[in-house]
Amino acid sequence: MRIVVGHLYPDYLNIYADRGNIAVLSRRAAWRGHELEVRSVSVGDALEPGEHDLLYIGGGQDREQALVAQDLLAKAGGVRETVAAGAALLAVCGGYQLLGRSYRDLHGADLPGIGVFPFDTVAGDTRMIGDVLLECELEPGVHRTLAGFENHAGRTHLDADAEPLGRVVAGFGNDGESGREGCRVGRALGTYLHGPLLPRNPWLADWLLTQALAHRHGGVPELEPLADELEAEAHAVSARRAATRGGGRR
Amino acid sequence: MRVSIPLAAEIAVARAAGRLSRLARTGGGTTVPGKLIWKLDPGAIDRLAARLPLGSAVISATNGKTTTAAMAASILGERFRLAHNRSGANLVSGVASTLLDARAAELGLFEVDEAALPEILLRVKPKAVCLGNLFRDQLDRYGELEHVAEGWRSAVRSLPEDASLAVNGDDPQVGELARERPDALVFGVDDPSAARPSLQHAADSKYCVRCGAPYEYVAAYVGHLGDYRCPACGHSRPPLNVVAREIELHGLDSVSFELVSPAGTSVVRLRVPGLYNVYNALAAASLALSLGAAFDEIVAGIESFTAAFGRFERISVGDRGLLILLIKNPAGANEAVRTIVDGGAPATAVIALNDAIADGRDVSWIWDVDFEPLIPGLTRLVATGDRAAELGLRFKYGGLDAGAIDVVPSLEAALDLGLELTPPGGELVVLPTYTAMLALRQIVGERGFVRPYWERAA
Repeated sequence: MRIVVGHLYPDYLNIYADRGNIAVLSRRAAWRGHELEVRSVSVGDALEPGEHDLLYIGGGQDREQALVAQDLLAKAGGVRETVAAGAALLAVCGGYQLLGRSYRDLHGADLPGIGVFPFDTVAGDTRMIGDVLLECELEPGVHRTLAGFENHAGRTHLDADAEPLGRVVAGFGNDGESGREGCRVGRALGTYLHGPLLPRNPWLADWLLTQALAHRHGGVPELEPLADELEAEAHAVSARRAATRGGGRR
Repeated sequence: MRVSIPLAAEIAVARAAGRLSRLARTGGGTTVPGKLIWKLDPGAIDRLAARLPLGSAVISATNGKTTTAAMAASILGERFRLAHNRSGANLVSGVASTLLDARAAELGLFEVDEAALPEILLRVKPKAVCLGNLFRDQLDRYGELEHVAEGWRSAVRSLPEDASLAVNGDDPQVGELARERPDALVFGVDDPSAARPSLQHAADSKYCVRCGAPYEYVAAYVGHLGDYRCPACGHSRPPLNVVAREIELHGLDSVSFELVSPAGTSVVRLRVPGLYNVYNALAAASLALSLGAAFDEIVAGIESFTAAFGRFERISVGDRGLLILLIKNPAGANEAVRTIVDGGAPATAVIALNDAIADGRDVSWIWDVDFEPLIPGLTRLVATGDRAAELGLRFKYGGLDAGAIDVVPSLEAALDLGLELTPPGGELVVLPTYTAMLALRQIVGERGFVRPYWERAA
């Protein structure tokens, strides 16, 4: 079956190997006989609600992020409608921040976000850099872990009733204090974790593919299991790194 | 209260510490004395540098600084006694150690870490500075590219009046620094036949440094290095003074080009391959020119250069050979891959990924490297190092059959497997990150095939 991915600003927001996440989605779809088509949606392009089953937005350096911020405001309606209609979304690092309500920079200036996620981000004067391990429960009773790497100056403060992507086992997370990392609204996920995130956490790639298939074709699609030994080994190494040196531990 | 210690006593103590480090076999002792003197008295470095009768020359870049400095040493070493940090210890402590060891040196020649450049320029007060390129590299350590570039801009502004500057005009961020000093030498490549068909994925400075619009490239050579022009505001590559034309790549053996400079024009044949080494040669030539070297000395120096350690190093191991190319960031690794593939894609390769601080703790950069040109020719990939599994995934999701990937975290076991897969008389390609490169050289050295890096002759 066919899945259409909208990759937002791939030529601007690609700092942390975001194409690795796209490669994992493509291959894992293809290995199950599904066809994943990735369409670039960049500066000046229209985002048509209903066209995409999955949106992806990655991270950029401050300069690139500033270059796309205005354009993203023009796409705000399109992104919100796409998500409201049940398409899946993964936003990583800088892209995650842009999808909140606002970002306050070091000079105190407020930059508007597009409000897909219920949080505000405030720049701090130190960066939170290191390996991270999270515990997640995206489906009731199904506990999984995510291992990745974070590097951000922004402190993201979720609304009290917002749902995080996961609980921090090791690392800084959204703000270095709350023990919460990322944010979830239905099928939309945002996180600071790169690494890239999906190669060493293939279960999350499959979760996103499942949501995307459900959006396009309805029902509860089943994805056949794959041989993920190498993925499991990479996950284990990354998780050990988080335990020994995440959250600023040296 | 600060206790004042005479410089001579500090030097004696710090040198003794270096010998102790080597005796204790903890390393080359290449930074231990410098760290100590840095602790004892940071100003000692300024005074040590000031004692060099001809002053110092400083080289920085994300990629190629060790090779550029080695090429410059090959030119300048004929005429002057050099204090040169050839082992690549390029932080303040490494420069201090080299100065401590320099004794009768006349000229300092230092490759310098991009982030350490501002401080080292302030302390060393160089006669000449050569700035090569800025690529994204170890964001977990350096932070964003723009931040490093800003440090360079203010460092260039506060250079001594009489210091000369050479910059790579093909890098938008670096070329822009030429405008700070009207007498700067600007080097670059002018040979569209050597250009890449399109900008690589890892190209960084692809948006105009003035207005932010995407550059148009007449030719893109290495990453974002090339002949660029902004269609919106007209910002473009500055005029070049030192130019490479008529480039001919000869596989893994060599590269030749026509070197055009204010001091003369000549065809130059390097004994190392790859377009990136043309940039290194241009940088070394520009630095030597700005120090007053004669054109024929420059040509002879870069033509006699063979390799900087671990950067393109051939080591014979019994009846087989190793070809070691350091990889440390997307732009550099792309050039290593391109050079290898141009020489005939290997059937076996050992790629080593460590994640110590010197390698970058964040290994995501391997996903930004274009490893794909290697994949069709590979029948076996030996992925090794602390993050071997992640590297294996990079190739699995890049399209290499999972059955062709051996994940062997132990460097020694991986090296043995790679050699076993190499026929007698053949050459095994090894692409290690920095600490993996040091460890692999040590393993080979313990088998008696290579000398430790601190014993290398000049």
